[in-house]
Amino acid sequence: MARFVFNINGEQQEVQADPDMPLLYALRGDLALKGPKFGCGLAQCGACTVIMDGEAIRSCVTPMAVAEGKTIRTMDGLGAESDPHPVQKAFIKEQATQCGYCTNGWIMTTVAALEQDADVSDQDIRKFLSGLKCRCGAHMSMLRAVRSAADEMSENHES
Amino acid sequence: MKVNPQMNRRELLKGGASLLVTVSTAGSLTACMSERPSSTETAVQPRNTAPDRLDAWLAIDANGEVTAFFGKTDMAQGVGTAMAQIVAEELDVSVDTVTTVLGDTNLTPDQGGSSASSACRWGAQPLRNAAAEARQILVGRASEILGQAAENLDVEDGNIFVKGSSDTSISYGELISEEGFGTRLDWNKKYGNALRATGTAQIKNVEDYKVVGTSVVRKDIPGKILGTTEFCHHVTLPGMVHGRMIRPPVANALPVSADAQSIADIAGARVVHKRNLLAVVADTEWGAIKAARQLEVEWTETEAPFPHMDQLYDYIRQAPPVVSNGQTMTFGRKNYNVPRGQKAYELGPTNQALADSARVIEAEYEIPFQSHARMAPSVAVVDASGENVVIYTDAQKPHDVRAGVSKMLLLEQEQVHVIWLPGPGSYGRSDGDESAFEAAIISREIGQPVRVQWMRHEGHGWDPKAPAAVVSLKAGVDANGDLSAWLFHAKGFSGWDVKNNPSNPGDTLAGMQMGWQKWDEHNFATPDESYEFPNQVEYFQTIEAFQEVASPLRCAHMRSPQKKQVSFAHESFIDEAAAATGQDSIAFRLKYLKNPREIEVIEAVAKAANWETRPSPATDNNDSDNIARGRGVALFGGYGTYVATVCEVEVDRTTGRIWPRRFVVAHDCGLIINPLGLRGTLEGNVVQGASRALWEEVLFDQENVRSLDWNSYPILDSMEVPEAIDIVLINRPDEAPGGAGEPAHVAIAAAIGNAVFDATGFRARQMPLTPERIKLGLTA
Repeated sequence: MARFVFNINGEQQEVQADPDMPLLYALRGDLALKGPKFGCGLAQCGACTVIMDGEAIRSCVTPMAVAEGKTIRTMDGLGAESDPHPVQKAFIKEQATQCGYCTNGWIMTTVAALEQDADVSDQDIRKFLSGLKCRCGAHMSMLRAVRSAADEMSENHES
Repeated sequence: MKVNPQMNRRELLKGGASLLVTVSTAGSLTACMSERPSSTETAVQPRNTAPDRLDAWLAIDANGEVTAFFGKTDMAQGVGTAMAQIVAEELDVSVDTVTTVLGDTNLTPDQGGSSASSACRWGAQPLRNAAAEARQILVGRASEILGQAAENLDVEDGNIFVKGSSDTSISYGELISEEGFGTRLDWNKKYGNALRATGTAQIKNVEDYKVVGTSVVRKDIPGKILGTTEFCHHVTLPGMVHGRMIRPPVANALPVSADAQSIADIAGARVVHKRNLLAVVADTEWGAIKAARQLEVEWTETEAPFPHMDQLYDYIRQAPPVVSNGQTMTFGRKNYNVPRGQKAYELGPTNQALADSARVIEAEYEIPFQSHARMAPSVAVVDASGENVVIYTDAQKPHDVRAGVSKMLLLEQEQVHVIWLPGPGSYGRSDGDESAFEAAIISREIGQPVRVQWMRHEGHGWDPKAPAAVVSLKAGVDANGDLSAWLFHAKGFSGWDVKNNPSNPGDTLAGMQMGWQKWDEHNFATPDESYEFPNQVEYFQTIEAFQEVASPLRCAHMRSPQKKQVSFAHESFIDEAAAATGQDSIAFRLKYLKNPREIEVIEAVAKAANWETRPSPATDNNDSDNIARGRGVALFGGYGTYVATVCEVEVDRTTGRIWPRRFVVAHDCGLIINPLGLRGTLEGNVVQGASRALWEEVLFDQENVRSLDWNSYPILDSMEVPEAIDIVLINRPDEAPGGAGEPAHVAIAAAIGNAVFDATGFRARQMPLTPERIKLGLTA
């Protein structure tokens, strides 16, 4: 066991864990966060995605030792009901989910991509989302939501 | 405004409403961490859920807030919102004041959980009647107080007033008493999908509807996007440990012994070995995962249970049939399981008609095992340490989990409380309920609450599968190019290898490992036939499972069970018959359709897709850049719903890859409850249908299932989904609501296959339509 310190959603957090434990179990277990989900443990589906130092990463295969000292955002910290992140706002507007289990991955991947560059084509969007799984087949509504979020975020950027 | 059913249930359970309840359990899970609710303490004072009580279905509190108790669950289609609309409509209240509680065995009547796309078409019936009854009673009370005849009163937003005058009004909240309504409904004494309850009140005329039929936003969605929804996966109980199951390397091997020393370095790690069930528990989730990987196990030596995968379809062709039947599986309308040794069809006249035909065309289709492959594998949190048992599950049929677990643990049903919480989309008898049984055994054994979650390899490898099949068809064609005979024969593994619900422990993995017997029923399917052909016979045969006990290839219901397999063959072959006789696919179908609703959906889809009347394959298919383009159509009628689909594909001749670029769907499910929710459901049906058609195939070798992750069992991704899914909704207010969770899924594979034929002239007869198969077909 070792002690790990990182910044989660703006707060300094400390967790005791095996250095080889994936970050996901600290987030869900020790810190009781609900955004990141266990889907595969293999970095294949994206349900566990968090943003670490600005990059969307798969927390299910990221060891604690790698997360040490990093700044991490999860969907829990993105926005509140009264003040959702533009991506969340777009997902709610487009009703862009079915079961909601994979949603975290689609939202966090989108946030990371659009915060870097919101001036994206439809094909860019399909590409940066292509590593995510959605079993319910909510893709069409999510693509609409991401398109609309990108438009809004790039407009805000320009103004 | 209330956001989702769980949050509201939490309020209820805290005693915020007048109904219930002493101790919190669900919902306030993190809040109750400080107290240690033993299972007896957590035994929420159950509501009296007897379906003949109006109060079993509805409660209204002093603030006029309405709670509807729905004995089904939501598999991601937003049925909680649809039920709220139906209740709000009959009660004349705002839909925002209605909360739907789903699938808690102590709070909701047993309506059989999610099944057969039945939430709106059957499940809503008692709620609708109960709401109408409640309105009648409350208006009656108001009429006494206001001194006005009931027919002079009207209701708006839960306020009762004298028609034409808004001076005096009295609210539902003021009229409600602590004890509830105390009146009876006429109940048909059935549970599950067949449950019906009727009151004395007249339900509303459809033309007076204000809420039903409008696009109310789904109440469950904001929580899922803001990350506040209480998924089953978030449940923790004080003193809870984490469990992981140990699966055999060879599917039929049994655990002989497990070496506890091999996991001694992990905190709290223990082996649980009961008969043939083997698991580990540990203090933390990561500990349990490591223990499962590390545990050294001795397994029995067995003969490999499966044939080589290359031989799957020959095996099916040659295997002796167990059950032969000519009845389609229509969920409750027919007695569709004929006793062994009998058959419900006569081949003689059809064979004679085929022999007399000017020409016979025939084809055979092959459909693999498919996996539910839910986004999250099975999870359950169970406290079976005390006299009573509490189970948190995302399973589709919580009341059947209660029935099964209580049998397995030799308890009365009342001693088992099953609480449904949202989970990943689930499509029938998935792995969803399995972990509840495993966790119940483990928790009983160790005397502590336990959370069991499956790993990804189990979600793909050990869920019940959709059965593989070979479907052969023959059609006789007369001199005019009209059909003179039609013979449909499906032969496959039984879709009822294990039961479509877990009410018998022997139909769960854990139950089988503990020595319970699985049931002995067998079923496949024939088409829910839309067409009338002369001398038409359609029958199926089932074969025995490869491995009878605890098999990773045991089969059960998966979204539109067996209809998907049947439709791929049947709707492809109709296209083959049209092409063989040089006729347009839609014109040909219309010759044999009788049901006006089926005719209308197919005409609607043709119009919306700008269907050009001509035979397939296309002679001018815009074949540029080695991309062939074509269109295909397919029809399905069933679950009280009719749906026609046109698919436009692009086929890359170099790689064999198919892109279903556009779908057009014409959908008639009778009265539409919520068009917005329905569109989302239909898009999901189409995308998942395309995924099953193009990619999904369970891989196995002689020892075990080998497609154990998303790479070996790929599903459609964002690069591959269509450019557009155009939906034409046909609303029929005069017709009862039909199902929507499955019908649009059924014929997608055939629509794609027919489009590929139109584009390339190659007829794909083996699912899935992978690039390799298409490329091979194009070069053959």
